[in-house]
Amino acid sequence: MSNVGIVIVSHSPLVAEGTADMVRQMVGDEVPLAWCGGNGHGGLGTNVEAIMGAIDRAWSDAGVAILVDLGGAETNSEMAVEMIGEPRAQKIIVCNAPIVEGAVMAATEASGGASLKEVVATAHELSPS
Amino acid sequence: MTALDLSRLITAVADTIAAHAEELTVLDQAIGDGDHGLNMKRGFEAVRAEAEAFSAKPLPDALKAIGTKLVMTVGGASGPLFGTLFLALGKEISADPDRANLTSAFGKAIEAVAARGKSHVGQKTMLDVLQPVHDALAKGSSLAEMADIADAAAEATVPMKALRGRASFLGDRSIGHMDAGARSTALLVRMLAQTIGDKA
Repeated sequence: MSNVGIVIVSHSPLVAEGTADMVRQMVGDEVPLAWCGGNGHGGLGTNVEAIMGAIDRAWSDAGVAILVDLGGAETNSEMAVEMIGEPRAQKIIVCNAPIVEGAVMAATEASGGASLKEVVATAHELSPS
Repeated sequence: MTALDLSRLITAVADTIAAHAEELTVLDQAIGDGDHGLNMKRGFEAVRAEAEAFSAKPLPDALKAIGTKLVMTVGGASGPLFGTLFLALGKEISADPDRANLTSAFGKAIEAVAARGKSHVGQKTMLDVLQPVHDALAKGSSLAEMADIADAAAEATVPMKALRGRASFLGDRSIGHMDAGARSTALLVRMLAQTIGDKA
């Protein structure tokens, strides 16, 4: 797949899966998509190993944009990117955007063949800063 | 430090975290998401399970292995934060560190934690304990003094307003509670100081 991949990381597996459903409704199978949520032990939280797995599943040579919910999801995602290491790490960006809107907008942009930079910029437009 | 010492340290730290898990959870429930005690316990139990293998490694590799294990098992933001502390320490420390090397490696590890958490001293986080302990280490304080400094520093987070993490959502309502990460950091410092001190 040459389109940018999207990864959704929420503290809640239900939020992550539901967000992924909304993305699929928008872009079908045009975009590599993976989600993860929960601490890996049945509770709310995020987990570096699960995030690394989701990045693998959504991997695209065009890169991967990660959408996260709260702080720990961001910190764990950044850690996962670091552990994946170069050369892939430079093609993975953790977006600063609301998770649901960000994922849907980013995926829609990605489905048109946009670059990682463009996909991330689209998500970032949703964040007041 | 011998393999036996390191293994003893790991056991002592895991025991302390397990013994205080409930207390850490209560602190985190007050101004966070309430998972800190359980998360830290899970992480340090995972480290304990491999204490023997980790202790057989040279100190820098052992610290990196501990850091990676914490990153993978703690869950929550504490995993990357405490994991980064050990990973960075392992990267900077020598196999047989003197006080100068330990001080400089610890300083760089604190910088790495600050970068990972996009935080700095004064925001009601673990950094508010790590930095005073580093300063004490740098000016030659004893292990017992450092443990006391760590406890006082954790206590000093009570009147602070949280500016990072889940507690920051509460704004002024975070004032009056101790930061759970500062408390667990102080527990680590005291247990390390005590275990090393027992030996000395």
